[in-house]
Amino acid sequence: MKPVAILLAALTGWAAATLNVAAEDKVKVGLIVTLSGPPAVLGGQVRDGFNLAVKTLGGKLGGLDAEVTVVDDELKPDVAVNKVKGLLERDQVNFVVGPVFSNVLLAIEKPVTESNTFLISPNAGTSNFAGKQCNRNLFVTSYQNDQVHEVLGKYAQDKGYKSAFLLAPNYQAGKDALAGFRRDFQGEIVDEVYTPLGQLDFSAELAKIAADKPEALFTFMPGGMGVNLVKQYRQAGLASIPFLSAFTADESTLPAEKDDAIGFLGGANWAPDMDNPQSKAFVKAYEAAYNSVPGTYAMQAYDAAMLIDSAIKGTGGNLSDKDALRTELKKANFASLRGKFKFGVNNYPIQDFYLVKAAKRADGKYETEIVQRVFEDYVDRYASECMMK
Amino acid sequence: MFLALLAVQTLNGLQLGILLFLISAGLTLTFGVMNFVNLAHGVQYMVGAYLAAMFASFTGGFWSALALTLPTALAFGLALEILVFRWLYDRDHLSQILATFGVILFLNQGVKTIWGAAPLSVPMPLALSGSIPLMPGLLFPVYRLALIVVGLATALALYLLINHSRVGMLVRAGSTNAAMVSALGVNIRQLFMLVFGFGAMLAGFAGALVAPILSVEPGMGDNLLILAFVVIVIGGIGSIRGAFLAALMVGLIDTLGRAFGPQMLRLALAPAAASQTGRALAPMLIYILMAAVLFARPSGLFPVKR
Amino acid sequence: MTLRSQRPAILLFAGLALFPFAASFGADTYLLTLGARMLILALATLSLDFLIGQGALISFGHAAYLGIGAYSVVLASMAGIDDLLLQALIAIVVAAVFAVLTGYVSLRATGVHYLMSTLAFGQMLYFLFVSVSPLGGDDGYTLSSRSLLIGEPRLTSDLAFYYLCLTVLALAYLLLVRIAGSRFGRVLNAIRQNPLRAAALGFRSFPSQLAACVIAGSIAAVAGTLLANQSEFVAPAFMSWQRSGELLVMTILGGVGSLWGAVLGAITYLTLQEALSLWTDQTQVIVGPLLIIVALFGRRGLAGALVPRTSGGPA
Repeated sequence: MKPVAILLAALTGWAAATLNVAAEDKVKVGLIVTLSGPPAVLGGQVRDGFNLAVKTLGGKLGGLDAEVTVVDDELKPDVAVNKVKGLLERDQVNFVVGPVFSNVLLAIEKPVTESNTFLISPNAGTSNFAGKQCNRNLFVTSYQNDQVHEVLGKYAQDKGYKSAFLLAPNYQAGKDALAGFRRDFQGEIVDEVYTPLGQLDFSAELAKIAADKPEALFTFMPGGMGVNLVKQYRQAGLASIPFLSAFTADESTLPAEKDDAIGFLGGANWAPDMDNPQSKAFVKAYEAAYNSVPGTYAMQAYDAAMLIDSAIKGTGGNLSDKDALRTELKKANFASLRGKFKFGVNNYPIQDFYLVKAAKRADGKYETEIVQRVFEDYVDRYASECMMK
Repeated sequence: MFLALLAVQTLNGLQLGILLFLISAGLTLTFGVMNFVNLAHGVQYMVGAYLAAMFASFTGGFWSALALTLPTALAFGLALEILVFRWLYDRDHLSQILATFGVILFLNQGVKTIWGAAPLSVPMPLALSGSIPLMPGLLFPVYRLALIVVGLATALALYLLINHSRVGMLVRAGSTNAAMVSALGVNIRQLFMLVFGFGAMLAGFAGALVAPILSVEPGMGDNLLILAFVVIVIGGIGSIRGAFLAALMVGLIDTLGRAFGPQMLRLALAPAAASQTGRALAPMLIYILMAAVLFARPSGLFPVKR
Repeated sequence: MTLRSQRPAILLFAGLALFPFAASFGADTYLLTLGARMLILALATLSLDFLIGQGALISFGHAAYLGIGAYSVVLASMAGIDDLLLQALIAIVVAAVFAVLTGYVSLRATGVHYLMSTLAFGQMLYFLFVSVSPLGGDDGYTLSSRSLLIGEPRLTSDLAFYYLCLTVLALAYLLLVRIAGSRFGRVLNAIRQNPLRAAALGFRSFPSQLAACVIAGSIAAVAGTLLANQSEFVAPAFMSWQRSGELLVMTILGGVGSLWGAVLGAITYLTLQEALSLWTDQTQVIVGPLLIIVALFGRRGLAGALVPRTSGGPA
């Protein structure tokens, strides 16, 4: 039975060896994103955007050496819970940055915030944490999920569309998406279809759309699902029905969708052609480093790093005074790539939103471009339910 | 209008069924002839899709990619057979499950390492990239029709091969009693290798065919593997005819169930409840079907008599 | 069952009992939660080993019972029942009912047909829970806290929880060893070895096999209740076919039939995954071939490799 004992001893020895004694002049960040399966490209953007920021700051955050541990949540909330506990208890991180997907956020919020560690979400922004369950240790640098979808609802309403077909995957973010669209849109909802998460063949749904003849389609289909939907939509000859979307025809999916997506509309809080100096510098640096066009995922991750940097600078490098760090985080005292940025009472951003459209650049790469501003200094609808000061 | 929609959804269901058949055919042969539980069949489908994507990026065209993929998928299948599978024919199902599960893990990670985790795409062949109007406002891609035609042609070719050729006779004999066939002087090892390689090539072929319309990504074979197992169990293990009919059934039921289920339930339930139940029942339908078939005919619809 | 024949098991459990002391030299809370998780999955693997090793019933849907146990905790706490013992009781009852209902269909088939039948039911249960929104559907459900144990929140301590899991595992092991050695166990084994001969001797397969399913399912459901407490989070993913596949793999890795082998197999597999992930994120490139090698060269799994078979017993 020696082998068993040896194996166990080896494991504990290894675990002990990998445990770093917490160095005072280092800040540890745990990055938990999806790096498996079709949505991996989103996690990759978050990782790359964050790392680019750290690199730009000379490998430091707030003047302290930064150690970034990247962890893959595999888009499985149960896996994410275990891995984030590893980050908190084994790696003793000071900040958890992530996740990409809302269902993972719902799962990891409790373990992270209960351990009095700061959770900075660079993408997911569920409604419950914006409202009743707002948490002082959670900061969101992206948006509240509904807001992006509301952009298209407002646009569709203003444009005078009388009917719309709604399509989203069957999970919380999908439901939030369609609810967000419906908020401003007063026309008839011809059908509201939820597909299984990960479904790649939309022939059945496309046939329904053709049969129902709506004036517009609104869809939320991130990652590989969106790639397939866009291509199949174009192939089915449905492009005459306006394609309004969120996160479906954006920088994460355009490289695969290519010409099929040109002209399709989306909603966003930023686009690579935004006209301010820090954004232009960021886009240039990102393309040089990673040879792909950054999307909002990378932008928000970059901002998350800058946020952490500003907060640590604000406390003078003191990581143990959590209350001071929290106050500094709330101040959001950094130059966001979006231009204007400040936190609302629920730690979700107050920012502008734009209608964007997918386009091909002169150099052959694809990006989204700003068409018009739809919302200015937009506070999310759940902020009033948050009881935090 | 409804009839037109029904026609379109039926075609979609047929297309899914044909795809399932191409994958299940190899699996049912492997299972029937060699009594080998090959969980790795789904990754062979995935590898076919990746090979097609890779060759397409070299040559820029679909046909050349397809032409290159077929022999490569065959070679890949044979390599797997020689390295791993042939040592497991005499072993029990458990060892086969363990080993093929290991192959799945290795290959799913392997393609991610080589080609990255982001989905790849394969260009549609220009000749087939048009669409024909099936319904006012809905164009059905020619490519998908071509898929159906190719699938049917392959099914016919398989049928002729299995039932009207010497090799097919050996395969049929082998699935009934492999030991006897070997005792009668046939090189059973070669036969197994042939069956396995051919099955792998069929799966790879399916992967390459489907690449232009679905995105190529790690793990794309996993859920199809489960569906393929459902198909061969319903059809009867070892029976190509069974696999064909079961695949069409599964494809049609799954597609039509997803498309019309909630609507049909609205006849009995309130809209919200109908939508909720419909969404719950639709994915379950094929499993309910399989359970029902197993209950009524435990060996499947067209069991191979042993 | 003699003390000598149980020597490997005794050593294994002793090692597991001493683990927390070794762990205190490292990142102890993390290692304790990890260890508890391993013990829980070892419990589920143990129950599957009983099913396969004693009953020759290779189930591809065993993770369904993990899900039943986990969701029993969720539903019970929603109804106000927070005590773990009561929740486990509910889980066992539901699991037994599920085992009997599905057994009526599945046990009509043999071999790979049985395998697929169990897969079908596992998938049905999975899709059922995915569609139930109040329980979170696909996204899962976060528990507000761990269950109470005999009225008190004793499980908030990771150390206490670890020892609870170990105790349950040890008790389950003892129970299954007794059952395997009992008359029922011998009948089950006889049916496994040669159903025709057993029938000729007057033993009908169905009742014994069904009982085996109920026993294995109930134990796995208890594991499910512990799993819900370990992560304080429950998702339908707990009962996916991939999870069932992993349970199968851990059982086979450990060596089917030896029961303590199942515990060893689960712990080894999970430790390997965890240790490798500290080093690289391409863990499956190594784990995959390792499984293949074990399948090719380790005929009796880890248990067979470590303890040469000297006498007869569950094969």
